[in-house]
Amino acid sequence: MTTQVPPVETATPGVETERKTYLNVTKGFMSWAGTLDHKRIGLMYLIGTSAALLAGGLFALLVRLHLWEPTGMLFDNAEYNQVFTLHGVFMVFLFVIPAIPAALGNMILPLQLGAIDVALPRLNLLSFYLWVTGAIFAILAIVAGGFDTGWTFYTPYSLYTQQAVGLIGMGVFILGFSSIFTGLNFIVTVHKLRAPGLTWFRMPLFIWALYATSILQVLATPVLGITVLLVAIERLYHIGIFDPRLGGDAVLFEHFFWFYSHPAVYIMVLPAFGIISELVTVHSRKPLFGYKLIAFSSLAIAIISFLVWGHHMFTSGQSTYAMFAFSFLTFFVAIPTAIKEFSWVATVWKGSIALNSPMLYTLAFLIIFAIGGLTGVILGALNVDIHLHDTYFVVAHFHYVMMGSIALAFFAGLHHWWPKMFGVMYNETHAKISCALIFIGFNATFIPQFIMGSRGMPRRYATYVPDYEPYHKASTIGAMVLGVGVAFMVYYLVVSLLQKKRAMENQWGGVTLEWETPTPPPLENFSKPPVVTNEVYDYSKLDLETTITPAK
Amino acid sequence: MSHDDHHSVVIPAPGPEFKPHTVAHHFDTPVQEFQSAKLGFWLFLATEILLFGGLFAAYFYFHEQYPETFVVGGKQLDWRLGGLNTCVLLLSSWTMAMGVRAAQTSQKKKLLMYCGLTVLGAAIFMVIKFFEYKAKSDHGLFVFSEMLGGYDTATGQLPWFTDIHGVMAGVPHGHMFFAIYVTMTGIHGLHVIIGAGLIIWIMFGAAKGRFHAGYYLPVDLVGLYWHLVDLIWIFLFPLLYLVP
Repeated sequence: MTTQVPPVETATPGVETERKTYLNVTKGFMSWAGTLDHKRIGLMYLIGTSAALLAGGLFALLVRLHLWEPTGMLFDNAEYNQVFTLHGVFMVFLFVIPAIPAALGNMILPLQLGAIDVALPRLNLLSFYLWVTGAIFAILAIVAGGFDTGWTFYTPYSLYTQQAVGLIGMGVFILGFSSIFTGLNFIVTVHKLRAPGLTWFRMPLFIWALYATSILQVLATPVLGITVLLVAIERLYHIGIFDPRLGGDAVLFEHFFWFYSHPAVYIMVLPAFGIISELVTVHSRKPLFGYKLIAFSSLAIAIISFLVWGHHMFTSGQSTYAMFAFSFLTFFVAIPTAIKEFSWVATVWKGSIALNSPMLYTLAFLIIFAIGGLTGVILGALNVDIHLHDTYFVVAHFHYVMMGSIALAFFAGLHHWWPKMFGVMYNETHAKISCALIFIGFNATFIPQFIMGSRGMPRRYATYVPDYEPYHKASTIGAMVLGVGVAFMVYYLVVSLLQKKRAMENQWGGVTLEWETPTPPPLENFSKPPVVTNEVYDYSKLDLETTITPAK
Repeated sequence: MSHDDHHSVVIPAPGPEFKPHTVAHHFDTPVQEFQSAKLGFWLFLATEILLFGGLFAAYFYFHEQYPETFVVGGKQLDWRLGGLNTCVLLLSSWTMAMGVRAAQTSQKKKLLMYCGLTVLGAAIFMVIKFFEYKAKSDHGLFVFSEMLGGYDTATGQLPWFTDIHGVMAGVPHGHMFFAIYVTMTGIHGLHVIIGAGLIIWIMFGAAKGRFHAGYYLPVDLVGLYWHLVDLIWIFLFPLLYLVP
């Protein structure tokens, strides 16, 4: 297959007019606010989720700054509770869950499938507005006095605290439906809108990962919906289901919550795996090692993830035998996950590795995710978990996955598809510096947390005994470096949009369908429907000309 | 938005009283559009089942914890009214199915009639439900006007559960059955109202002639939704009225 170089439209001979792309085809506020185009919706999601990331990051920096001194620097205890809750809620519900599927996925999935749009474009727009509504509820809840329950809303505390838990509960309920609709849309799109010749095993692995994610979004999120709804009903009407004083059961809440929220961890991380699968092959210019195994391991993770929620509750009081099962099944998740990690490393091996900034982020991911994943296995062991439960060790573990792996994969994907989305290229040197700052800052933040966690520093405390001071200080310095790295990234990405240095038609030499259309894509993606005749990641079919042709 | 509509397929209207349907621009064929929407809608129904699944899990859990409140509480419900409502919903499911059939065979008047009958069924259901709720409210088993009253954490006295006639006297956590009963049937009732609203929306479309043998997708989907609402009630009725 060859990439079509777009014809230059000339109004008068010799005068080059701007090619019509999805970015400039129509203008005005309503052409964006009422758009049904998946790329525009993806872009709006990208702006929204990035804003949530920056807000959540700011809260994180405030938390770290507060913990500089053992007695706390900035807040009283109640304010501290609010700030870390805001950090958790913004990051989990407004950034991590929607960022990769709804922003990058929306942008790339139909392109990689060779489709004009997602199957249900109006539902896609509705999903975005539900996200906006959820975000407004979150902001209203802050204005109405904030919330201090942590992102997990554990009962009975969440039933009695005099803060705006009802509002944020409704926000989470609405965000849940936003997530469900994105997942539902992707499942239908993958089933019904694949280009001719694009069989299941010719699909790029980003699609496979998004497909597995979507199944989780559709099947797990409703349970969170009913759970937060019951908390809201409980707060208003005191029906007593989660309230021990009325004969209810707080552990039942935990079961409900984690039945969603454990699969939700994979809703967050599977799309990240998808990005990494895509990037290791493109930037090593070598077909993926173990393509089918990676595809099936996504599905295996999706299925097993429904059976491990009890490992969040080893100290909450559940049957010993259930705990054995949950612990064992937790170890079991490590198998498909390790299959992925090994396959990625084997893909890079003897590849023609280009150390572009997306690849640097990818390599950083591989290192960080190995640590994040293995510490998860440590926490899955029953006896060890009793010691480590609710300590900074847990905090460090899930930040290695949530921030170190997912956010880094998001950045990797963003850098990889940035030239595709906008037709412009950022400053690669800046990108490499920022990647280094993020990698160093991230590890400096969380390695001390592993150490102090294993020595008993409990999470969510506003103050601490002075013995932990060196670790907290190191962690805070790391967080500041990380913050500078992210701020720098935002800076050069925005600058790239202003400077408009043209990217290449096929910047990295990818062979999946999104590179078969002009950069940036026209409104309906493909001037004629693509037909897939070759196997996935077949780099012998790459038209090298396109990698040195500037985008129009 | 100015889409290229060079590949938009138009399904012609079967008669002058109907309107043609334009297949959405990103689909190649009407079949693809139909199947996509249907698959999406089944997935949505799965999320509805899981949403209620949480409530059913709560039901079974507390049934196990406090069997007595379910035995004594269940006896306070009128199984005759519940049974009547089950019949009403089952009948309305039949009229809905007939409505879908009428749309498939381009019978505009029949479609309107059967949809109207289905909405009537929904209304009868809600009226009966109202009188059931009112009876419970009058007996102090679930006082709707007191639901926002909070409660005295010292005595644990709930303003919405005063149990005027003492039917639940001595039963530990007697309010729990009614809490679950009203939550489950309340959320179900909300679905009945939404379903009726959707059917009325279908009737507006049908009056304009939008639905016919060539295009009856929305009728089909709303029909599926209505059957789900019916199906959930079929589980709620025995669990709440009969099992205790």
